Amino acid sequence: MVEFTLWDILRNLLLAARWTVGLSLVAFIGGGLVGFALLIARLTPSRGARRLVSFYVQLFQGTPLLIQLFLAYFGLALFGIQTSAWTAAALALTAYTSAFLSEIWFGCVASVPRGQWEAARSLALTFGEQLRHVILPQALNIAIPPTVGFLVQVIKGTALASVIGFVELTKAGGMITNATFRPFTVYAAVALIYFALCYPISLTARALERTLHAAHR
Amino acid sequence: MPPIVEIAGLYKSFGETQVLRGVDLNVEPGEVIAIIGRSGSGKSTLLRCINGLERFDSGAILIKNKQIDHDSAAAMRELRQQVGMIFQSFNLFPHLNVGRNIMLAPKLVKKRAAQQGEEQARALLARVGLEEKFDAMPDRLSGGQQQRVAIARALAMEPAVLLCDEITSALDPELVGEVLRVVESLARDGMTLMMVTHEIGFARKIADRLIFMHQGKVHEMGPPEELFANPRTPELRQFLSSLHS
Repeated sequence: MVEFTLWDILRNLLLAARWTVGLSLVAFIGGGLVGFALLIARLTPSRGARRLVSFYVQLFQGTPLLIQLFLAYFGLALFGIQTSAWTAAALALTAYTSAFLSEIWFGCVASVPRGQWEAARSLALTFGEQLRHVILPQALNIAIPPTVGFLVQVIKGTALASVIGFVELTKAGGMITNATFRPFTVYAAVALIYFALCYPISLTARALERTLHAAHR
Repeated sequence: MPPIVEIAGLYKSFGETQVLRGVDLNVEPGEVIAIIGRSGSGKSTLLRCINGLERFDSGAILIKNKQIDHDSAAAMRELRQQVGMIFQSFNLFPHLNVGRNIMLAPKLVKKRAAQQGEEQARALLARVGLEEKFDAMPDRLSGGQQQRVAIARALAMEPAVLLCDEITSALDPELVGEVLRVVESLARDGMTLMMVTHEIGFARKIADRLIFMHQGKVHEMGPPEELFANPRTPELRQFLSSLHS
């Protein structure tokens, strides 16, 4: 029987963690872009667009991410589209992230006082100018802490992609456990790596919040 | 000269509540109009209709002979350059310093060059007595100073009419005077002003015409001395006497 050193375990986990990071980045950038588009659609006066976005958000908030992953993986196959676990996971996480981010950001925009919109409108600014120069800069300040907080959720959420066979940190942990029979050691290492990914982000969020707050004083 | 603002048969409801019930009013260039009345009489709604913040149900508003048309974004942009608005709650942009608050709209809407915009902003700040506050952030200013910046910001768009919606109501009593003095100087310089106000003494002093609104209509109007001396309707009489008690 082959002996696995702790370093062997850790090295393999770290290699797999690259996929966790990759998937998180794709989810966050893709989700951020789609979420921003959804936010704008929701802010326009068009009632149809607002309803549609609301429905989308409710759909993804009201179903478990796990089921969304299953649906992306098996559902697309039903339509004859062959998807890899990577594509399915990236798609599902992007959609999930976009729904939550647009909801978070919408709340931030809504917390900018109505008088700001009115002042901008009364100065003859167009809808786009009102958003870009008056509303979004103020919403941004409010948005940073919850957005970064949600980034941490997404990173942890990528663990679920293991169930459709995507080999990221959690899946790799399972595989290594099967080979080494040292589940506690392996999963402790997995937990530590997640923590090492997430903790700095939380710290950054707090620091950012402070600087933005300070810049505002 | 034709009227600068023409309002005819203006109706507006919020749900079941009729707020404006047939307002007719013309405003001549250079005229200073003070609108008084109980809360809920439709004063603020009337002002908000004039610069298109509020849609009305029927009737017409013409600014310099151009009708307000909510369905045309270009027309609304054109209109709002003619009509400046000052709010009770100042509504300065808290993320921009005083100078940039003033320069933002001229830069975006009138494509004014940076240097020209700054010169104008500094001149306007001097006019409202705040030349040294160009770089200050709004939350560093007192309410009275913020309101004076808001006036400068509205003036930067060179509007033909300035609407003032209870602009001293949110101020501590000792700060009211500094804002009213600025408004008074604007009136002297020939600015067309329409102000909703609770400062009856001030209205009496600077207004060319006083408008008493009651239940969504112009109930009485005329020169301030005349209205104060002999109110024709019991409603105005009652309103005026309630102020003195």
